[in-house]
Amino acid sequence: MADRLLEVKGLKVRFATEDGLVRAVDGVDFELDRGKVFGIVGESGSGKSVTAMTILGLTRDRNTRFEGEVVYKGQNLLAMPESRLRDVRGNEIAMIFQDPMTSLNPVYKVGDQIIEAIVTHEDISKRMARQRAVELLRQVGIPNPQQRVDDYPHQFSGGMRQRAMIAMALSCNPDILIADEPTTALDVTIQAQILELIDKLKDDFDSAVILITHDLGVVAEVADEIVVMYAGRVVERGSKRDIFYDPQHPYTWGLLGSIPRLDRPKPKKLHSISGMPPSLINLPQGCKFRPRCPHAFEKCQQEPELENRVEERQHLDRCWLSVDDKRRLREGTIVGEAQEVA
Amino acid sequence: MTAFVIRRLIGMVAVLFMVSLLVFVVFILVPGGDPAERMAGKNPLPANIANIRKKWGFDQPFYVQYARMMQKALNGILPGRHGEYDILTSFQNRQDVVKEIQRGLPATFSLCIGAGIIWLFFGIVVGVISAVTAGRWSDRLITTFALIGISMPVFFLGIVLRYFLAEKPAHPIFPDGGYVPLTKDPTQWAFHLVLPWFCLSVLFIGFYGRVLRSNMLDVMNEEYVRTARAKGLSSQRVLLRHVLRNSLIPIVSLFGLDFAAVLGGGAILTETVFDLKGVGWYAAQSVGDLDLPPIMGVTLYGSFFIVVFSALVDFLYAFLDPRIRPT
Repeated sequence: MADRLLEVKGLKVRFATEDGLVRAVDGVDFELDRGKVFGIVGESGSGKSVTAMTILGLTRDRNTRFEGEVVYKGQNLLAMPESRLRDVRGNEIAMIFQDPMTSLNPVYKVGDQIIEAIVTHEDISKRMARQRAVELLRQVGIPNPQQRVDDYPHQFSGGMRQRAMIAMALSCNPDILIADEPTTALDVTIQAQILELIDKLKDDFDSAVILITHDLGVVAEVADEIVVMYAGRVVERGSKRDIFYDPQHPYTWGLLGSIPRLDRPKPKKLHSISGMPPSLINLPQGCKFRPRCPHAFEKCQQEPELENRVEERQHLDRCWLSVDDKRRLREGTIVGEAQEVA
Repeated sequence: MTAFVIRRLIGMVAVLFMVSLLVFVVFILVPGGDPAERMAGKNPLPANIANIRKKWGFDQPFYVQYARMMQKALNGILPGRHGEYDILTSFQNRQDVVKEIQRGLPATFSLCIGAGIIWLFFGIVVGVISAVTAGRWSDRLITTFALIGISMPVFFLGIVLRYFLAEKPAHPIFPDGGYVPLTKDPTQWAFHLVLPWFCLSVLFIGFYGRVLRSNMLDVMNEEYVRTARAKGLSSQRVLLRHVLRNSLIPIVSLFGLDFAAVLGGGAILTETVFDLKGVGWYAAQSVGDLDLPPIMGVTLYGSFFIVVFSALVDFLYAFLDPRIRPT
């Protein structure tokens, strides 16, 4: 029996701005079990970061409207008062961010920032917290943690800072670690190390991970289940196998086709999804991907539901095309043969 | 760090030397005409002029004159014997400039230290309140008052306050200008200084409040503040330890230089309006009389504070921001 940690039901997040209501997240559902890595994939503005920050209540503001539920241990985090939510933040659900260069406060020592996280949630002496900070830095692979704990962030490299961020996030042994583009700002060589580290520590700390990225290559390494988001909603959802070997939504094809691959014949031109993501204030009628979709037809004027259309029961998508058409059409986008023939 | 402090101190002395040389050149060498002739009055005897020249040392080479000026200026700081006549002696009334400046110090220091504490404190309070409530009515109200404060000239505000609170009423709340030494009567000292303190602080409070507000709004959008919130810190702790701490760094340099400027005789208007016979008042009098030596003396005195405080600001900066801390 899977140990269910988090359930997101019908989550909608809207920001009231001077230009109008921004529908940043428009109906997202997923569940997270202990020990799993859950990938959220999408381009900028697809609502993936807002979803993650909303789980922790970091998007709370006078101008933000929420709908739906985020259930953690039987409690709806969206309705929880700020003072109680603070006990969850950093303690039971922790988060690491995209840019390690700016995510640590430059005027405090790295160790002190980790200690701050520990003493906020636990009744523990400063000395004990410091010992734990050193131990955490060792676990995330910082050499000489005894000395480095007294360094300032600017004395760390980018990869080390992200390791320190991970150490800080894990300092209170959280159930869930949310990693928002944890590798985007890092060198490719460091990216793989950080991903491996997250994957390993997830088991050491018996946590679950929500991994947010625009890079399918990143989730391919570690994710168990993946949702693909577009314009604030989920367009496809399935296991890693489903998404990579039997993708059903043209947007997913586009993402897969945009990755340069060495194991396939080289296309004339790397695929790119034409056009721009829609404005979240004036969303298009029907399927939100329609204006950019090369396979759109009349039926796309109505928005398809996120439902199961293939043999695999857990594999859901939001596209009107028949499964046979999809399997036929997608090769052109993903492999790029269409260009080669032409 | 020690090397940095030593380097900075040497630099400070070098700057002070250059300033004093420049002051000497501008005030003694450049002005046309022989100062002795100017002092001797109308239709003087040639012997009279020669006499003055000799007595005041104008017949000496410029470096001797400079050395004597500096010796005298330094004597004001370090205890020592003061020469009878010298370059730092008023042309107008033959008073010793160094002694006159020393006489103005208690009033100037009382005014500036008090006002400095007031404007720093209220500047921070105003900045924090308007940053936290940015866009709401309290922020708009504060912004309006801050802009009024910044654009209110001291001579206008001072005179209006003095007229309506000290001069006009039958039983005035505040004394009508002047200074009472702290050692003589602390209550009267404070009472005499309330209006000047207020007057001098208003501009700085408005200005610092605006600067701090925009600094804080910038810092609030920094990612490390989001990290701090994601750690589960209380909003007060995020505000004080992460937002305010980082926003105050630029305020430190503003305060250091502004404070040095008013301490160095820059509060000319406030001191004049309220008859506080401090250094700024003395400077104003001397400018009115076109009396060069006192102006020269006040310039030297003021530059001393500016240079010392900008060095202090540098030290404090290195302490506050580890990124610029020299290793």
